[in-house]
Amino acid sequence: MSAPAATAPAPLAPAAGRLRSLSTFLYRRGTLTLLLLLVPPLLWFGVVYLGSLLALVWQSSYTFDDFTMAVTPDLTWANYLALLDPANLDVVLRTVGMALAVTVACAVLAFPLAYYMARHASGGLKGFLYVAVMLPMWASYIVKAYAWTVILARGGVVYWFTGALGLTGALEWVLTLPVVGGSSLSTSTLGRFLVFTYVWLPFMILPTQAAIERVPENLLQASADLGARPDQTFRTVLLPLAFPGVVAGSIFTFSLTLGDYIIPQLVGPPGLFVGTMVYTLQGSVGNLPLAAAFTAVPIALVAAYLALARRLGAFDAL
Amino acid sequence: MPSEAAARGRRAPWWLAALAWGGVLFLHLPILVVALYAFSTEESAFSFPPPGLTLRWFAQAAARDDVVQAILLSARLALVATAGALLLGTLAALALARRTFPGKDAITLIFILPIALPGIITGIALLSAFRLGGLEPGFWTIAVGHATFCVVVVYNNVVARLRRLPHSLVEASMDLGADAFQTFRRVVLPQLATSLLAGGILAFGLSFDEIIVTTFTAGHEQTLPIWLMGQLSRPRDVPVTNVVALVVMLVTALPIVAAWWLTRGTEDVAGSGK
Repeated sequence: MSAPAATAPAPLAPAAGRLRSLSTFLYRRGTLTLLLLLVPPLLWFGVVYLGSLLALVWQSSYTFDDFTMAVTPDLTWANYLALLDPANLDVVLRTVGMALAVTVACAVLAFPLAYYMARHASGGLKGFLYVAVMLPMWASYIVKAYAWTVILARGGVVYWFTGALGLTGALEWVLTLPVVGGSSLSTSTLGRFLVFTYVWLPFMILPTQAAIERVPENLLQASADLGARPDQTFRTVLLPLAFPGVVAGSIFTFSLTLGDYIIPQLVGPPGLFVGTMVYTLQGSVGNLPLAAAFTAVPIALVAAYLALARRLGAFDAL
Repeated sequence: MPSEAAARGRRAPWWLAALAWGGVLFLHLPILVVALYAFSTEESAFSFPPPGLTLRWFAQAAARDDVVQAILLSARLALVATAGALLLGTLAALALARRTFPGKDAITLIFILPIALPGIITGIALLSAFRLGGLEPGFWTIAVGHATFCVVVVYNNVVARLRRLPHSLVEASMDLGADAFQTFRRVVLPQLATSLLAGGILAFGLSFDEIIVTTFTAGHEQTLPIWLMGQLSRPRDVPVTNVVALVVMLVTALPIVAAWWLTRGTEDVAGSGK
């Protein structure tokens, strides 16, 4: 409790119980109070969390014997070199490409809704929209993923609607396209992209909305008064000021897509993702060292991303 | 909020309103679909629209022992993880809300890391550490994992409230002769109450729903998300799965509305990221 320790004269009241002397003692030694408050969380995060991460990094240089399927603590760079194998590099690039595409799509989809919430909705409507974004965000992740497998399946909602609108031909044509296509929506990269975009979208909407809300209205009015067209005001005033919010949201969309292994299993073509790779390697193969080396990819990418986001001011918008 | 006052009564252009409401509809489509299919008379496939509606799957789901056990396990885990997160998150927030000192940014970053880094990393790191330590995966290993990433939602909520808490209140309390503990109990804690409750609710929801970290640390324990995940590869229980999915949706939805209600008027509390 740094607050009381920072100010306040020593109490003059005569009742000097043990608690009170302890209180005075702590107040006089602000740094000690701070330490006492920080010790439990720091112990937890330092030992349990960082300790585990370091153990993981350490094990990424252990040796895995392909024949005996045994892990031995002989340090090697082989696991990291293995990441550069074309097959593994393919997995990394596929995952990063998806994470970037999902991030961009989320930013584009989130902005109008975030803007509408921040600038046009007030009172009850604002509360309603807020809950309307929070609900899907907190609704069970696995249920949402499951729902999409149902929606995208042949004979499901999307196929029914495109049929009713006479667009089945167009949908089939899209599915024949290279890269995004597949035999059906639920086994196409397009379907997987759709589900990823859906599940992380609220994580983009809320920080963006908060950032837009913090842009003073009179700046926009001043811009209009000075003769800027709405699109100029948007590009030169609103967007730069709201951008940290978008970057804050993108931390989540990017990082969550990088590490997810449930959605790539449920929706889309068979190609592996970093997440599915890690899961398979440690689980069915038992090659924990290579799995650990694979996790270095998202760790490095997210670290770089966080450093960049910090420079863009996204941490204040979190 | 001044910007809101200025915007009030100003109508949005039709295309903006259409995009916004389209976004809302998109966000709710899967929820509506799960709700609809839970009542479908169809047993095995997912044809749309459903051929007929029925309530009988609800009774079947409630009679399933594995479903009930999974729900109870998830609820107990979430309670333990939430308690741990409330304690650690509040301590961290009290320490970091006002003071600046070297290394503060690094400490804040460590708290954010479990949710900023992909869950699979937290999961595999904890698993390998538990193995190194010779710990058998089970209830407590899951709880430790869940508590770790729940701390940040409590921390975020409490630190936001502490920063808005006028320091003059604390000073007044101390001037009137209260010691630090009395001030905390009578002045600071009541001010934090709703942010603690909201943070706790969000932590509970986060833990109740967690699957990625859980799959690594669970061993043979079957939480509700793991049960659901198992059903996805065994499509013979489709109707029960639909009902459970709907129930999970409802169970998470109501507390979220409650958290929002509790923190209304305090701006960014419930929504401060994940």
